[in-house]
Amino acid sequence: MSLSKKEVTELGISEPCELPITRRASALRRLDWSALIGVAPFFIFALVMMVAPTVSLIANAFVDQQGHLTFGNFADLNTPEVTGAFAESIRLSAASAVLGAIIGLGLALNVDRGIGSTKVRSIVMTFCGVASNFSGVPLAFAFVATLGRLGLVSVAIKAAFGIDIYAKGFDLASFWGLTVTYLFFQIPITITIMMPAIDGLRRDWREAASILGARSWQYWRHIGLPILWPSLLGTLALLFANSFGAIATAYALTGYAVNIVPILLYAQIRGDVLHNDSLGAALALGMIIVMAFANTIYLILRTRAERWLR
Amino acid sequence: MIKTMHLLRWICLSLGVAFFLMPLISTAEFSLSLRRDGYSLDAYRYVFADPDFISSFSYSALIALCTIFVGTILVVPTVYLVRLRLPWLRPAVEFIVLLPLIVPPIILVFGYVRMFSSSSLLPLTGTSRGSDILLICGYVTLALPYLYRAVDTGLQAINARVLTEAATILGARPITIIARIILPNILVSVLSGAFLTFAVVISEFVMASLLTRPAFGPYIQRVGVAKAYEPAALVILSFFITWTAMGLVQVLARFSPNVQRESK
Repeated sequence: MSLSKKEVTELGISEPCELPITRRASALRRLDWSALIGVAPFFIFALVMMVAPTVSLIANAFVDQQGHLTFGNFADLNTPEVTGAFAESIRLSAASAVLGAIIGLGLALNVDRGIGSTKVRSIVMTFCGVASNFSGVPLAFAFVATLGRLGLVSVAIKAAFGIDIYAKGFDLASFWGLTVTYLFFQIPITITIMMPAIDGLRRDWREAASILGARSWQYWRHIGLPILWPSLLGTLALLFANSFGAIATAYALTGYAVNIVPILLYAQIRGDVLHNDSLGAALALGMIIVMAFANTIYLILRTRAERWLR
Repeated sequence: MIKTMHLLRWICLSLGVAFFLMPLISTAEFSLSLRRDGYSLDAYRYVFADPDFISSFSYSALIALCTIFVGTILVVPTVYLVRLRLPWLRPAVEFIVLLPLIVPPIILVFGYVRMFSSSSLLPLTGTSRGSDILLICGYVTLALPYLYRAVDTGLQAINARVLTEAATILGARPITIIARIILPNILVSVLSGAFLTFAVVISEFVMASLLTRPAFGPYIQRVGVAKAYEPAALVILSFFITWTAMGLVQVLARFSPNVQRESK
């Protein structure tokens, strides 16, 4: 039997000394073996199915085809095709992230401020939940039916204004076509993340600012945007990573026409090109580095942004 | 001034709504116009008559159910034990749950293809049953963030500690407590995580394609290359499935006992 701190002080012992028996008991309690066995499957799964495949890929990037340690695979990455793919991927992710964040923020502010109705709001949020999960192959075909050569909107624009958008240089299976398609899930993700942040802007602040004589733009410049800023930047990072890793939409829409990293990697895994395993691993490592970087920024900024949500 | 602001606001919103509705309307219209002489449901009829559709869809549905089952068994005891008895492990679990965000599916499946290739210790990709297992594991990984969030929120809302103490005093063993006390109490959260998982997994493309599984995602892609109107019908179907799953999640959210709304 050990005495608790309170009991010890009540007994009149001024300094509650650590009894050896207490320490051993707490050390045993610290290692709760039956509970550890209970969580073991989860950690084993994570180790075998998530950590090991990734780590082995990363390790493989440093090994040549004879099994020697090398950095040569990274030198091999320095071909026009690979660097071009990374550049195009970064451009595509940046374009769709920036546009998605700006448009998403604008729409979220409109829904929040303009229409006070909770019903509209809940419909918007539900729709965002659906749309942010509606990606991949189906999304690509939906846009083919809309903005493809025979798409409803392309044909309607031609009929109404006499403009053939394809003759004007637009192509769905291109950089901008892909960007527009990606916006279909990037904007809803922005709205889902930014909505709670916008709710964090208290009415009092706005009122206080206006009583002190601030105009609308001054309020946004000095109060609104600085508070939303971490959330917005975090969203940008998340959207960037999100489109950097996405492939199904791009592949279904363009095949191999747009040269981006995930499609190059997909072709490599399928054995269509390259035929150098370690090079594929190096490609994968490059991708992981970019994604990890973007996601770290997102996580750091999210913890900063959460300060205002309490 | 205020009037123009209001007008501007509505124009912005209408443009937004149009951007999100036009693809759906166009696809729906396209899926109905297989015949030249007017709208018909022929595209849908062809799709449903295709044996590949039935087989790939039921395959994906089965895989999705297995994913939900395995995911629940992995996540529920872990979240419960970490919350009650191993709080020091929480950061590790949170990190693992974030991994699928950092490592995209294509990288993960690339790792699988190499680690479990036919020349490895565990040649899972050599047999189709082995590939099925790999696919389920991959999908569990994809679903982990959703399932974890859902279960964690659910456990937060019930007083797991008091329930556990009461059950222990009555002589229940830990497995009984999880299966018969905790799980029924957070069933609503588990189900909403399950529907989300279903929506994500049912038309997944990359993993299924690279493991050469006869799943629904690669099927839609193949049909899309070969045909014109049927893919539109498939898109509408798949949107309908996502919509139903998400709608059920929303309905379930109303049934959950005083869950504090947590931002994602």
